[in-house]
Amino acid sequence: MENKTPKDYSHIKGWGIDADPKNDPTYPMKHRTDAEQEGYSWERPTQQDINIEVLHSIERPNVTAVFGTSEPPSGLSGMIRRFAFKHSENSYLHWLPLLMADRVNVVEGVLDDFAKGTVPNIFAEKGWKADWEHNRSGLIQKVGIMALVATAAVVLITRKKD
Amino acid sequence: MLAMNYRGPQRVRIDEKPEPKILHPQDAIVRVTRSCICGSDLHLYNGNVPDTRVGMTFGHEFIGEVIEIGSEIQKLKVGDMVIVPFNIACGKCHFCKQGLFGNCHESNSQATAVGGIFGYSHTAGGYDGGQAEYVRVPYADVGPTVIPPGMDPDDAVLLTDVVPTGYQAAEMGGIQKGDTVVIFGAGPIGIMAARCSWLFGAGRVIVIDKVEYRLEFVRNYASCEAYNYEEMDDPVVFVKKTTDWMGADVVIDAVGAEATGNVMQTITGRKLLLQAGSATAAHWAVNSVKKGGIVSIVGIYGPTDNLFPLGNVVNKGLTIRANQASVKRLLPRLIDHVQNGILNPKALITHRVPLEDVADAYHIFSEKLDNCIKPVLIPPSAR
Repeated sequence: MENKTPKDYSHIKGWGIDADPKNDPTYPMKHRTDAEQEGYSWERPTQQDINIEVLHSIERPNVTAVFGTSEPPSGLSGMIRRFAFKHSENSYLHWLPLLMADRVNVVEGVLDDFAKGTVPNIFAEKGWKADWEHNRSGLIQKVGIMALVATAAVVLITRKKD
Repeated sequence: MLAMNYRGPQRVRIDEKPEPKILHPQDAIVRVTRSCICGSDLHLYNGNVPDTRVGMTFGHEFIGEVIEIGSEIQKLKVGDMVIVPFNIACGKCHFCKQGLFGNCHESNSQATAVGGIFGYSHTAGGYDGGQAEYVRVPYADVGPTVIPPGMDPDDAVLLTDVVPTGYQAAEMGGIQKGDTVVIFGAGPIGIMAARCSWLFGAGRVIVIDKVEYRLEFVRNYASCEAYNYEEMDDPVVFVKKTTDWMGADVVIDAVGAEATGNVMQTITGRKLLLQAGSATAAHWAVNSVKKGGIVSIVGIYGPTDNLFPLGNVVNKGLTIRANQASVKRLLPRLIDHVQNGILNPKALITHRVPLEDVADAYHIFSEKLDNCIKPVLIPPSAR
């Protein structure tokens, strides 16, 4: 293929203005300090009150000075998450249970909706209105396939009963 | 308040949630005026990031007005309009002191490998994000930067992530004048990385993707070459052939876990979750860079393992550089570039969507409908 290297860059605004010959190949992305080997030596920020359950990695000694308070662990998914956090980030026993907990949590979310008297509008949550506006043929195809699979399943189940 | 609410893979909705409160003396509460959906939000949306809990509000790219501050806040004041970097950084820890604001050690209890990120699962700290009317911003004197007078809010919101990440992708490439830079991915980050590669003096910039409208966009926006890998037998051979059979000097992975292009990677990484996302772009990057070259990775992957040609990294003597963007470090320079007309971030925004239609916005962005490049959510109070 033809090499398209241009010779003149005057049409490209700002060409080369940040060029740095020293940036090859290990430009110092971090500023070296004299405290490289001093470990946990900084003056820690004020600790946020820990008045909810905060799971923390066993690869650190404590909860960070600030933390998020979104959705503390609860229910069956919470139990799985607590198990996961007994294992380090180096272990599959940490990450795979967390993925499993996420899936369990989805079912818990649906049950929670029902408990609050809400029936989740799955189609709206999946953004199918946008499909109707911008991808109508794709949506019709998707619905058709779903109907076909559902019909086949019903037929199969009915046959077994016969 | 209205807030996006994650209900499960590919299921989100708008809900009423309690307004955030000051929980720490260095907190601020920000009334959101713009909030983007990021390509990396799609990893959460698709259920690929461990510890993504039902009920969480996503959103790490947002700007807004400070409406309340904690007792230790000294720099910000109520009424300030601020750019809020996507990473939550204390400014005091070992890593923040080194300028590694994306690697703060005092903002994420759940994982040591990454600092806190707004609205990005409990693996990134469990903070509710900015796809809402209001958001709690910890360490508000450290990260948030007052929007310069006259700056378009659409430019400002892209300075929270897209511009710094694209810029740092190029910076980590160690681009020297005349270098050939190949970028896998023509999403917002890949587009910005292509544009910024010129700022470091690249001699040739090539973007590879499969979405035609995005290739067309980047070709015009970044004055670069853009190719569709579906029209190639093999993208690695293509890169070799177009670089005198040497390989590119620098290759940037601006795709991450949602990559397509390799059936095995797609099945094991995206469908079965047997690896931490599809590593197709990283795989191509290692194999298409020249010996002794540099691979810069800003595409986001999960925390477990990926199929990756490590042997070729060794045999080719490659340097691999990767990180979450250090937004705070880069903001002064990038604000200058925007104000001087060097960079025009807002051109990437294709969809301005009411916050209430967040589910449709996610679907449009995820499925690349309606030629979507970058959707921005606008809460009722900012319309």
